[in-house]
Amino acid sequence: MALSGIFLMIFLLQHLAINLTSLIPDNGETFNTISHFMGYNPIVQFVLQPILIFGVCFHFVMGFILEYQNRKARVQKYILHKTRSSWISRNMIISGLVILAFLILHFDDFWLPEINDKYINPVLPDPEKYFFHLQEQFYNQTYRTIFYCISFVLLGLHLNHGLASSFQSVGVSSANKHILKVAANVYSITITVGFISIAIFHYFIH
Amino acid sequence: MSEPNLHNHNSSESFPFSNKVPKGPIGNKWEQHKGKINLVSPANKRNIDIIVVGTGLAGASASATLAELGYNVKAFCFQDSPRRAHSIAAQGGINASKNYQGDGDSNYRLFYDTIKGGDYRSREANVYRLAEVSANIIDQCVAQGVPFARDYGGLLDNRSFGGVLVSRTFYAKGQTGQQLLLGAYSALNRQINRGKVNMYTRHEMMDLVVVDGKARGIIARNLVNGNIERHGAHAVVIASGGYGNVFYLSTNAMGSNVTASWKIYKKGAFFANPCFTQIHPTCIPVSGEHQSKLTLMSESLRNDGRIWVPKHKKDVEKIRNRELKPTEIAEEDRDYYLERRYPAFGNLVPRDVASRAAKERCDAGYGVNKTGQAVYLDFASAIIRYGKEKAISTGQDPNNTTLIDKLGKQVIKAKYGNLFQMYEKIVDENPYETPMQIFPAVHYTMGGVWVDYNLMTTIPGCFAIGEANFSDHGANRLGASALMQGLADGYFVLPYTIGDYLANDIKTGKIDVNMKAFEDAEKKVKEFISNISSNQSGNPVDYYHKKLGQIMWNKCGMSRNEQDLKKAIEEIKILKKDFYKNVYVPGESGGYNEELAKAGRVADFLELGELFAIDALERKESCGGHFREEYQTKEGEALRNDEDYTFVSCWEFMGDGKTPKLNKEQLKFESIELKSRSYK
Amino acid sequence: MDLSLKIWRQKNKNEKGSMQDYSIKNIEPDMSFLEMLDVLNQQLISGGEEPVAFDHDCREGICGSCSLVINGAPHGPHKSTTTCQLHMRKFKSGDTIYIEPFRGSAFPIIKDLIVDRSSFDRIQQAGGYVSVNTSGNTVDANATPIPKPNADEAFKSAACIGCGACVAACKNSSAMLFVGAKVSQYAQLPQGKVERTERVKNMVVQMDKEGFGNCTNTGACEAHCPKEISLDNIVKLNREYLNSKIK
Repeated sequence: MALSGIFLMIFLLQHLAINLTSLIPDNGETFNTISHFMGYNPIVQFVLQPILIFGVCFHFVMGFILEYQNRKARVQKYILHKTRSSWISRNMIISGLVILAFLILHFDDFWLPEINDKYINPVLPDPEKYFFHLQEQFYNQTYRTIFYCISFVLLGLHLNHGLASSFQSVGVSSANKHILKVAANVYSITITVGFISIAIFHYFIH
Repeated sequence: MSEPNLHNHNSSESFPFSNKVPKGPIGNKWEQHKGKINLVSPANKRNIDIIVVGTGLAGASASATLAELGYNVKAFCFQDSPRRAHSIAAQGGINASKNYQGDGDSNYRLFYDTIKGGDYRSREANVYRLAEVSANIIDQCVAQGVPFARDYGGLLDNRSFGGVLVSRTFYAKGQTGQQLLLGAYSALNRQINRGKVNMYTRHEMMDLVVVDGKARGIIARNLVNGNIERHGAHAVVIASGGYGNVFYLSTNAMGSNVTASWKIYKKGAFFANPCFTQIHPTCIPVSGEHQSKLTLMSESLRNDGRIWVPKHKKDVEKIRNRELKPTEIAEEDRDYYLERRYPAFGNLVPRDVASRAAKERCDAGYGVNKTGQAVYLDFASAIIRYGKEKAISTGQDPNNTTLIDKLGKQVIKAKYGNLFQMYEKIVDENPYETPMQIFPAVHYTMGGVWVDYNLMTTIPGCFAIGEANFSDHGANRLGASALMQGLADGYFVLPYTIGDYLANDIKTGKIDVNMKAFEDAEKKVKEFISNISSNQSGNPVDYYHKKLGQIMWNKCGMSRNEQDLKKAIEEIKILKKDFYKNVYVPGESGGYNEELAKAGRVADFLELGELFAIDALERKESCGGHFREEYQTKEGEALRNDEDYTFVSCWEFMGDGKTPKLNKEQLKFESIELKSRSYK
Repeated sequence: MDLSLKIWRQKNKNEKGSMQDYSIKNIEPDMSFLEMLDVLNQQLISGGEEPVAFDHDCREGICGSCSLVINGAPHGPHKSTTTCQLHMRKFKSGDTIYIEPFRGSAFPIIKDLIVDRSSFDRIQQAGGYVSVNTSGNTVDANATPIPKPNADEAFKSAACIGCGACVAACKNSSAMLFVGAKVSQYAQLPQGKVERTERVKNMVVQMDKEGFGNCTNTGACEAHCPKEISLDNIVKLNREYLNSKIK
């Protein structure tokens, strides 16, 4: 869980970095270049992408298994249970499920069209299409943008607990507890604010 | 009221059992004895079963070691885990004559201090052996991973305790008992994992089974399902602790009881010196009728706290009505009674003396809480003293009272912070601002089952170790010696000496629990249970326990006199009758039923209480924790009678309703000269 | 003060339990929480009812017998306090107090508020010791100096009283804090280091076998531990465990 989580957190940073290039006022040129590279580089496509998909699936499946085991560890629930712990740390499964729902939509929005263009109904590669497609998804798309933003907030919370937690799970020295906490805050806020600003930017600006 | 007939015993001094103390100089006895006693070969140990009742320091360490030697051990405790035995609550430390501090400590000095501290009423040879093995205990515990306090050089640290002139106490903060017990528990766990110990938790020993005069097993009650079980063994070890709860209120755990010791007493084991009880002077006072148990505050507080009560009754009244705060009473209106009575030792007199003095003031009407049963332990002058020292040493103004107050409190906090916090949690008063209220409470029982040098009782095959036996502390125990004795008995003494008995038992074979003795014992236990739970209404068990406690505390407590003791004996008899007639135990005997378990324990306490009072009546002297008002000096100090009472009172059960018989084991002091204690 | 109590009553392991309402009057603020229950029990016995069964022994916060989830919190509302150290002055007259047992599949209920925590013992039996003989002579206690910080840290971990509040507080009923405390106590002492690999493996295997849940680092265990056992012990347990897998 922790290892796949750490892997996904690295991926997210990379994803955010690429997407941020869509904010560069060059009419999407940088964004298109990088996206095209990612879309057609064989190493990315046939090595990294399957690893990523496996990582995502593994993380979700493990999450469900953990949740099942943890529920089994307390069959008779408390009538009243109020512990001194954060809501998000206790409800990673909820934030996780929202993220899963988000991922389905996100795949439908971006990944499936891409797969369709490449393998199902192949068309010629169009290195200019990425930026246009991104704008199309968000410009004036109120519901989608709101859902994306909510998901990013939950993703941020999920990451905030997840980062500190994953490092604890792999036994990273307790002396660095304070640093871990700060790192978790910086990282999760960066991811959340970053992705939200991209979505909102494209909602308003065409 | 008639005086119990105590004179039917044979007053000739012959004692019916040998104490098996080896001959020779005191320093060689244990070595020689170990060399001479019978042993059981490893192959035969596999065929021998031993039952250990109780899993405190003594029981857990004995079970672990016996199992490691190869015996098959069955260990029993009434708690849900062996780790919960009340040894865990010991705070201060454990003594050992390691002489790591190079301050002149030795086996002899530890031996001497313990004998003297016990007011010359313990058995020399046993105490010397205790001192001899003490050092090995520390080695053993460190090897087990017990995290004792260490100095910056990484070596073990020591602190000093009351009544001695050297620093020989090893400690782990204020939780030494916990750490030592967890060490013994870990050794026990290792043997459980090896399959050499079968652990029976939530089991209560209900009786001892004696076959042809030898201990051959026990009847136990499974506290979860109520089943009565038979367990056979070649030897039975009682390690069930002390009986302080006969007073109802004590620093013992709620479940601590005398039942195992009492059952063997009724099967023929002698019960020694039941009236020797230690009452600890610094406990948190009773706050009301509902009080269920008392909490100890470490003896170390008396190093810096001054004990006092108001000089005038009018101030006492105002304080009780909360019209006056203790801090508002002027210095000249306070009575620092320990400093007044014992100018040489002041607030640092031994436990028994400090306790009696507090009781004297409270009885005279000077107690400072609403129940009139509390005195002040005041740190104000220590705060000023430390504050000034600190101000001077740090180059600040020693006349600035605010500064001194602040600095002084910092020093006190560093020394006693956790104790002050504990006090505040219970009493809800800030002891940095207002004096603590304290009062003596029952803490430890020096008396117990009589044992010989091999720790065997007068029943062959039945042994008693730790607080359950009587042998090492005489009439008063020194601080940090209880842990030492428990582990010495369990790790280093019993595992050797038990072989001397078992060597003759190697051909016996498995003990058959279908023998008639088991059947009879089981029947008796079942009868008792159905008898005790037959009432459909009446008084709860606690009602009787509290009443017994009141009788014991008021008439057999810190000071005793003939008239009160006689009254106590009568009152306990009446209470006992009423108990069997009117006690109400709700629920079923076939499941978990704490009231039923308590009823059995209180039934035994009622009987023990009577023997306790008889013993106190019979011992016409004052020594250690036993203070008879008739036997005191003009100044009110204890007056020992070495001429007539240098013996162990060994009580022999003669049958229900009959007066027990007193047997006397004369104490011979060959290495130490008897002296009287003075703290003036 | 007068109080309403809602207490979990369950006859035995197999029967179903439920919350029962009780009211109790004239409770003094100086009473401890368990003394309040004593009063209730005397009241129940006088009325011919069975008293509420709960575990307790030393009543000074060290034996680890007492438990109870009070108003949703193991050992009640106050930090670093065991139930037996909790006093009624922390409540107000008219309060309703929920009292439940420590819940977890590895802590089956014996009766009412009493649970069976022998799973903790079995974990300790699986490896919570140093394999040193108690009957023989060992080296002198000062033969191996131990740096004070290590000894102090080991002591902090060893202060665990084995009450199970960590399991009760954890939403997953995980026993990682308990196991972590023992594993890190020994891992920090030279005497314990010898067997560290086997110890952590065996204890973790037993922990999983007992049916405790997984640690998701919510920190509730640390927050409710009456002895303030630090979450660092879990980090150390994870590290020891990973190391044992790598070796």
